Parts: sequence; structure tokens; C-alpha cells
Amino acid sequence: MKLPTLREIGTEAKLLLIGIPVFIWTMVPIYHMFLFAISPKEDAFAGKLWPAHPTLNNFSIVFHQQHYFLRDFWIQFFNSVVIALSAGALTLMIATAAAFSISRLRVPGGRWVMNLALLTYFIPAAFLAVPMYRTMGTYGLLNNHWSLILAMVTIASPYAIWVLKQASDKLPVELDEAATMDGATTLQLFRLVYVPLMMPSLVAIGTYAILLAWNEYLYAFLLLSKDTEITLPVALGNFLAADDSPWELLMTTGFIYALPPAAIYYAFKRYMVGGLTAGAVKS
Amino acid sequence: MAITLSGDHAIPGPPLSARLTTPQVWGIVLLAPYILVFLAFVVYPVGYGLWLARHPASYVALWHDPIFARAAVNTLIFLVIGINIKMAIALFLSGFFAQQRTWIKWLSVLFILPWAVPSIPTILSVRFMLNPEWGVINQLIFKFTGEDGPNWLNDPTVALSMAIGVHIWKSLPFWTLILMTGRLAISHDLYEAAEVDGASWSQKFRYITWPSMQTLYVTCTLLSMIWTLGDFNSVYLLTGGGPADLTHVLATLGIRYLRLDQLSLAMASIVCALPFVLPLVYFMMKRLSR
Repeated sequence: MKLPTLREIGTEAKLLLIGIPVFIWTMVPIYHMFLFAISPKEDAFAGKLWPAHPTLNNFSIVFHQQHYFLRDFWIQFFNSVVIALSAGALTLMIATAAAFSISRLRVPGGRWVMNLALLTYFIPAAFLAVPMYRTMGTYGLLNNHWSLILAMVTIASPYAIWVLKQASDKLPVELDEAATMDGATTLQLFRLVYVPLMMPSLVAIGTYAILLAWNEYLYAFLLLSKDTEITLPVALGNFLAADDSPWELLMTTGFIYALPPAAIYYAFKRYMVGGLTAGAVKS
Repeated sequence: MAITLSGDHAIPGPPLSARLTTPQVWGIVLLAPYILVFLAFVVYPVGYGLWLARHPASYVALWHDPIFARAAVNTLIFLVIGINIKMAIALFLSGFFAQQRTWIKWLSVLFILPWAVPSIPTILSVRFMLNPEWGVINQLIFKFTGEDGPNWLNDPTVALSMAIGVHIWKSLPFWTLILMTGRLAISHDLYEAAEVDGASWSQKFRYITWPSMQTLYVTCTLLSMIWTLGDFNSVYLLTGGGPADLTHVLATLGIRYLRLDQLSLAMASIVCALPFVLPLVYFMMKRLSR
């Protein structure tokens, strides 16, 4: 075995000098959350770096809804799931159809729609929230899950259409021509040729929309207000209403809430990184 | 892929209805759902919002509201200082993560966590860490120095810096990842040639890395500025706009007015930001809709 030279050791040390602070910076808030989740209240509030008696009791309290702030935990969890999945499915349907129409069928005015969608992508979300709130009131959708689902679809689809259009522009035109020659109708072309070929991008976009809707706080907190209709992040925010909030339970619920998106992200990382970063910023 | 803003329609000529083929009819049908969503949830709200913001009186009221002036300054600090620090760190770290080492690979998997997990629980976690009485930071300060730590979120400057810190914590991984893709696209031969010529680390950066990445870097910075204008969570969940409404940014201020049922003020405050947003948006549209 070759011994490392002094220079190599120096490089490695320099890299570690960057790597260790990066690791600490990244992990501290997450570790702190995890620490609270496994600490009894006294340990959590005593500023310990590891609890004297680690416990899973907090999780049991959350799962059994044994606290005032948690009395609707499961229904809120369920709300989050339903809204995220519906927004994901709806975005996927609308965006795939639009991208197919703009990119493959070259519908007249498609470019205009694409540019308008792109423009929407650049409206800061918190700015659109103000008029959106009023509009949902006008439509009579406030306090209805549909308001949040539709808001999420509105926010997710511009980017979805754009990424899908970029991806479908790369498919050869000959494919469509060959299929049409063989007598495929437009719908068959869509179903049997386009969708299967676009699968990786579709997975990326579906995941993107689901995560976006699952993570959304601002719109959820504006559009939904009844305890049995809100989503988990709004419920987490409501913990702050009291001065003596049970922070260890708040962090436990937050930890449970953060797990699914992290798991989904890592499970689909391969699609996400390829599909989203390539599309996010073209160099 | 090659489309332009000016819309160079490939097919000029006779009225559309006369030339519509079956695929084009399908095209319209398939595009319709998005157009409906766009009309109902973008065009109508935006138009309605602008209509609400039409009274000059709203702007006079904003002008006399000290919270608005403070929020505007805070937003500028957030964007100009916060984003530039973030992007500089991202550029630096993109070089670090481009190194081929097993432990760096593993670190990069962890490094993406802040971006992969929702922001609410992690921001609240930071908020409690900064709690003057019970937070872990002040307890450690007390343990080691015997003195009480500062009341972090009670000082507007510190509180705003912390909000910027939380924002950086959350979105740094994303931009590092993007810049890293850009960095990996640079041909390795260039670096090898530079190595042979005895170029130093800084020369390699100055003459190879930066020239090939500057467009991407500027695009990312502008895009991040636009999105950060809409960053409600970092400020709202950490400081709630406090103390004494001194740490609001435009995103939280609009929502504050909305909660106080002053919708026209909320819209007017957003309209005030438009002169800054629109040039950025115009530039981004030109870059992205090629």
C-alpha cells in the first residue's frame, strides 16, 4: 500500500475543515428536533444534548391523540395525505396533457400559453396568496379541501408543464409520424407512445407536486381553518398559539410530518435530481 | 426547445378554424384544463388584486405606515445581502461537493436534508433553540460562562439575521446542487491542462471555473431573489414579524394586512414591489423561454 504524501494529507485536512462545519450546520436543527422527540419534557427543557432517559412516549401520545393540541392528529394527517395526492394527480394530468398539446401537437397559441405559465412560475407565492385568498372566498371554496388542492395545482403546474415540455421536445418527431402512419389516433398516440416514454419525467413531476402540496404552509393556513379540515403544518403552527406549548410534542409531530417527504425524496432521488435540476436552471 | 418570447409562429396564414385538423382539436381539448386553471386562479385573482390596489389613498396610507418602510428595508437586506451570501457559499460548496471522495458523497446525501424536509418543523426547532430561557443555546452559554445569553429574537437586527440564516439553511442545498451540476459539466481537460501549466487553485477558479459558470450563477441568483420575495415561512415562523413588527418582509406584511382585513393595503404593498420584480422576471423569461 502506498503511503499518502504530506500534500495529500494536507488536502484531506482542508476538506475535513470544510466538511465538519457543513455537517454540523446541516444537522443541528434536525438533531434538535429528533432530540426533543425522544426526550421527556424535563430533559428537553434542560438543554441536554442527549436525554437522561430516552423515551418513545411522545410518539405514543401523538399517535393516541392524548393532548389538547393533538386531538385531531390522525384526521389532519389524513387531510395532508389526501390533499398532497390529489394535487399531485391533478397537476400530473393537467400538465401532461398541456405539454403533449404544446410540444407534440403544436397547438396554435401553445407558445403563448407556455410563456404565460412561465410567467406564473415567477410570481412569488406569498404575493399570489393575498388575491388567491379573496378569490377562493368568491368561489365559495374557503374551508374546503378543494381550495388548497386547486391552489397547489395552480402553483405546481407551470413548472410541471415547462419541465415536461422540455423533456418531450427531446423525443424524436419520427415516433409520432410512424405511429400516425400505423393508424394511431391522437389519443392512442398519447396513451401508448407519449406517456410510456415520458415516465421518468412524469415520476419526477408527480413527486415534485406531491412534496410541494405536503410541505405547503402559507396557503393551507390561509385557506383552511377548521380543526378537522386543516393539514398537519397548520396544526403545527397552531401549537404556537399558547405560551406554554408542549414543545416536545410539537417536535415529535413535526418529526413524524417530516418523515414521509424525506423518504419520498430519497426514494425518487434518481428521478428528482435528473428531471428537476436539469430543468430548474438551464445553463 | 427553441421558442422565443416574441412568439415566432411557425404557421402563419388563414383563420384558425378553417385549418384545424383533428390533432389540433385534440390539442385544444388537452390544453383546456390548464387554461381554465390559469384563468380562474391566476388571471382573475391577479386582475382583481390589481383592481383593489387602484386607490392612491392606499399608497398614502402605506407611506405613512412605519411598518411598511421597515418591511421594505428588511426585504432589501434579505435579498441583497442574504441571497448573495447564500449564493457565494453555494458556489464554494459546489466545488467542495464535486470532489471525488466516498465520505463527501455520504455527506452530500445528508446535506440535502434541509431541502428535502418541510420547513415548518425545522424552523420551529431553530426557534426553540433560540428561546432565551429554555433554548439549548442559552443553556450552554450559561453552563460555560455562568452568564445569561442574549434574548436572540428580541433584537430586530439579530432576529432578521436569524431569519436570513434559516432561509440559507433551507435553500443552500438546492442551489449547491444546481451549481454543482454546472461545475461537473466543465470539461476536465481544461483543469488538467491548467495543472500541467502549474496554475494555482485561485487561477484555475478565475480562468476556468468562473468564466464557464458565471451565466448560471447570475441566473441562479436572480431566480433565488424572485423566489425569496415569496419566502413567508422563514420570517413568519421564526419571528412572527416581531419584535414590535420590526422584522416583517413584504411577504409577511401582505399577509399581516390580509389578516387585519386591509386587503387593499395588502395588494398595494405587493404592487409597490412590482417595479423591482418585473425587471427580474423579464430577464428570467428571456433566459428560460429560449
